[in-house]
Amino acid sequence: MQRRNQTLLAMLLAGAWGAAQAGTVTIESWRVDDKTLWEDVLIPAFQKRNPGITVKFSPTTPTEYDSSLTARLTGGTAGDLITCRPFDKSLDLFKKGHLEKLDGKPGMEHFPAAAKVAWQTDDGKDAYCMPMASVMHGFLYNKKIFKELNLTPPNTVDEFFKVLGTIKQTGKITPLALGTNDQWETNQIVFTGIGPNYWHGETGRKALIAGQAKFTDPQFVAALEQMSKWTPYLGKGFSSQTYADSQNLFAMGRAAIFPTGSWEIAYFNQNAKFEFGAFPPPVQKAGDKCYISDHTDIGMGVNPKSKNKDDAYKFLAWVGSQEFADLYTNKVTGFFSLSNHLIAVKDPVAKQMLDWRKRCESTIRLNAQVLNRGEPNMETELWTVGSQVLNGKLAPKDAAGRLQSGFAKWYKPQQKS
Amino acid sequence: MKRAIPWQAVVFLLPALLIYSVFSAFPLLDTLRLGLFATDETGAQHFAGLANFKLLLLDPQWSDGFWNAMWNNLKFFGIHMLVQNPIGLLLATLLSVRGLKWARTYRTLIFLPTLLSVVIVGFIWQLILSPLWGVGERLMDWVGLAEHFQPWLGEESSALITLSLISVWQFIGVPMMLIYAALLAVPEEVIDAAVVEGASSWRIFWEIKLPLIYPTLGLVTILTFVGNFNAFDLIYSVKGALAGPNYSTDILGSYFYRTFFGYQSQIGSPTMGAAVATMMFLVILCGVAIYFYAVQRKLQRYAL
Repeated sequence: MQRRNQTLLAMLLAGAWGAAQAGTVTIESWRVDDKTLWEDVLIPAFQKRNPGITVKFSPTTPTEYDSSLTARLTGGTAGDLITCRPFDKSLDLFKKGHLEKLDGKPGMEHFPAAAKVAWQTDDGKDAYCMPMASVMHGFLYNKKIFKELNLTPPNTVDEFFKVLGTIKQTGKITPLALGTNDQWETNQIVFTGIGPNYWHGETGRKALIAGQAKFTDPQFVAALEQMSKWTPYLGKGFSSQTYADSQNLFAMGRAAIFPTGSWEIAYFNQNAKFEFGAFPPPVQKAGDKCYISDHTDIGMGVNPKSKNKDDAYKFLAWVGSQEFADLYTNKVTGFFSLSNHLIAVKDPVAKQMLDWRKRCESTIRLNAQVLNRGEPNMETELWTVGSQVLNGKLAPKDAAGRLQSGFAKWYKPQQKS
Repeated sequence: MKRAIPWQAVVFLLPALLIYSVFSAFPLLDTLRLGLFATDETGAQHFAGLANFKLLLLDPQWSDGFWNAMWNNLKFFGIHMLVQNPIGLLLATLLSVRGLKWARTYRTLIFLPTLLSVVIVGFIWQLILSPLWGVGERLMDWVGLAEHFQPWLGEESSALITLSLISVWQFIGVPMMLIYAALLAVPEEVIDAAVVEGASSWRIFWEIKLPLIYPTLGLVTILTFVGNFNAFDLIYSVKGALAGPNYSTDILGSYFYRTFFGYQSQIGSPTMGAAVATMMFLVILCGVAIYFYAVQRKLQRYAL
């Protein structure tokens, strides 16, 4: 009965989804945007080396991915290869037996330990997804507008607001292309993008996990305070502006700066008619060490219930190869391969962003590890609270208070006085 | 005398009964059953009695969202009752005025949005009202009201009202058509007799026509009620499953969706979702029961 219900549900979710057949490998993913790249570039490249194996790339929209994948895995209708979110989401799948152990599998040897952390058990003993790529957070800017207004990319927070002020004075161009309708940007791009400079990247993130720091500490409140100062520089009616609206505003040259991540480079290479550059989140004082959100974002694992495991492993081994790393980095511009193959990045903006790694310290999105394991769900809380701060409905201090009390409700290390 | 079993009735009813049981009655009962179970860490389900409902109604983590959705749903329904149905009545009355030219054209045009997909309607209005690309601001500028333009869909105070009015705009054709049909069915002789007696058309409307269409008004009310408490698509297509800003447009349908299917990093819970669905079912059941016992029975007297 129960099994039938879940299967029914999974089928509903997947639409007319057929169970995987032998000889065919189906990839589950949330990268709807890359569907053509997979179908036109990556899969043909694999099939050239492995004739006879059919690979199907079948993505679900990002917001629905986690839950519909869980339903399909439980119902036994999920694809052979599973694209893995980093940290807790995939760890949860592994614990429930929905991902195979990958230790020692061909291809895994090409990844540095740091890259594997996102897809390992807490004790580091078992790996369950092969690292694929990371994305980097920062700001894209319209070089033409900057040149006309005689501006240079800002280094410090003061310079950043000075630049915003100058752009706003023109009255024609929106300084920041950002809206709060879709909510996710306010956390994944803004808060955990600009925040690491305040909480010193990994130091601050690990302190939260260890229970040595609270969201109400100055280093976290300061990030929210900077966010609240962004409000006057957002476009008119930003509270009903979607992410797609922001993309369009920037692409049409009506906004000067787009707070986003490296994954947008490919989109603007196609859609923007002007030259654009990138700058990392501004630091507090000139000379401060800079921190960037360099988020290990995508991995790939094998479904234990796959009917075609041999071919799935063949594909996985290829994902660990030099050829894949090169294709992925240079064709799916803005996603940086995590393998230790030497790869020449061709796109100038992608190269610029990648070079930040040399002078800034990398960290991941603040709540990606451990912090999402309880209720209230930290990710959802950060979306709501961040949007409220940008909308001017919630003071940074109160926002921090709400985050902390929700966190302390379920997280033991945060409960000792 | 022993009556023979009416076999032909059984045979004719069976297919409908079978389909109804399999696709309607059984899933409903199974939902009610599932609401009594809980999912544990490994994904296994076990019987939990009323624990889900206790969580839903009493634990602030669930109940805040649930009551917020319930309250918003009541507002959503209220606006439909106060705006959609009176205007529907007015339009139907105007359409049934004798000798009105272009009546059919008006009727078709007003009914047209009802035929459109809710998703399309949602996107059209989102575009119209968008402060970036919308024509809303320009249109208001033509009549000198540009400074009153606001991003209505993006503000906590106005988002739900705006969505309700969009829904009213779309579905106003339904009450209009139903009432129109009822008005046409009012017997001519009764009206003629009233005219001979010297009643004004105002009085004819209030004291003859309106009482005679009460059953239809009752039907429209209950259809609006059931439709509104099951609504989901418009909210989802315009505001997404988080029903922002800050859950101000969250109604039971979207709350159910997030609970059952999950959204972003919130993993769906079929058992908790079934509990929410059961609550929705109970609310609708209560509404329909009140309608049947309090309204429908009284109206019998007026039926011709």
